[in-house]
Amino acid sequence: MKTFWWKIVAVVFLVYTIVLGFLGPVPHLQILHETIRNLYFHVTMWFGMMILLTVSLVNSILYLGKSEVKNDRIAAEAAHVSVLLGTLGLITGSIWARFTWGAWWTSDPQLNGAAITMLSYFAYILLRNSIDEAQKRARISAVYNIFAYVMMVVFIGIIPKFTNVDSLHPGKGGNPGFNTYDMDSNLRMVFYPAVIGWTLLATWIMSLRIRINKLQNKSY
Amino acid sequence: MSGKEIKVLGKEIKALLLKEIKLEFRHKYAFNGILLYVVATVFVSYLSFRQIVDPPAWNALFWIILLFASINAVSKSFIGESRGLMLYYYTLAGPKAILLAKIIYNSLLMVFISLICYACYSLFIGNIVQNQGLFISALVLGSIGISSVLTLISAIASKTNNNFSLMAVLSFPVLMPLLITLMKVSKMAVDGIALSVTIKYLVVLGLLDLIVLTLSYLLFPYLWRD
Repeated sequence: MKTFWWKIVAVVFLVYTIVLGFLGPVPHLQILHETIRNLYFHVTMWFGMMILLTVSLVNSILYLGKSEVKNDRIAAEAAHVSVLLGTLGLITGSIWARFTWGAWWTSDPQLNGAAITMLSYFAYILLRNSIDEAQKRARISAVYNIFAYVMMVVFIGIIPKFTNVDSLHPGKGGNPGFNTYDMDSNLRMVFYPAVIGWTLLATWIMSLRIRINKLQNKSY
Repeated sequence: MSGKEIKVLGKEIKALLLKEIKLEFRHKYAFNGILLYVVATVFVSYLSFRQIVDPPAWNALFWIILLFASINAVSKSFIGESRGLMLYYYTLAGPKAILLAKIIYNSLLMVFISLICYACYSLFIGNIVQNQGLFISALVLGSIGISSVLTLISAIASKTNNNFSLMAVLSFPVLMPLLITLMKVSKMAVDGIALSVTIKYLVVLGLLDLIVLTLSYLLFPYLWRD
């Protein structure tokens, strides 16, 4: 119980998210209507992805400092799982966009940022696969991870502020949505547990992948 | 870093930079090769487009040509060098000096190439830029940023098994912030927007260059150890 309580928390929170996410009361906003429920899935998955990418970054920095295999494993698997979360977020977002904006994909700073993030981390995984020597792979991919993370933050966080392009996303550019006024307590009641739930689930998947990786590299 | 270390670093950079330039003058293949690449690409675009008067299309084509030219020009900085030669450098100078010398050399190369590319492009495709000063300053700042990113990525790619295809895959996502800002600035230069409005974007470009340079400088020492 001491070690796996968080897995129970993950399952409870996600069941809660799915049940209340589909059945619970939501505010009625124009344009969004019932699609506002995607907040519990799409947005929370992106949150989980960003949390895991940050975990990956921290472990890459730690690896460069201490050269411990443990940090490299966590960095790699966190990146793998966040790519999975990112793909799910992309799919849920795309379906949502089809019903709200009328297109699967639009030229929106946030969408472009998401695409660049996914490309960076696919490149990271590709880089890992193309180096055979374990220590060299760990070191070089850690360097790329740090570089890619900083560039991603610059792309998502800084560039749109200067270029004055407004996003089509709810709450931005005058659209109704999830800013402080529109996000009511009903939404919050599901939103925060959902973020924690997805992050914990991703951590669970990550811990399993790390164990598989350890077994594969075990020397007898 | 103490004053003496900076002096040593400066000396090492100077020696390495001179060596790169001398090598370039002796062989003359890198610069001329890229030059020919740029001219040929521009000419092919000329044959298929003739003149372009639509600003977004003009801008996009120019940056795509320059992007591929710079990947070709800079990727050789680490990929081309043999393991033994690298080992020899490291016995002579520190990793930071080696990286900075490469970045300075590549930036110089890229500034020249981008200016020539611009001249050539104006000659064939037509020049619709209304604010020349802004466009050229964006070109110079952009060349410095792009060549510093590509120098580090080429050092990363040189350690892998399939380095040429990885070079493009690894560099596109991390080049995007620079490229988007560059395209925005050069679009403004094409439209002839006054410098007082666009100075903000030039500052952003300069800051991006600074971020990229600092990151390369901090991360490279971890890369070169084999």
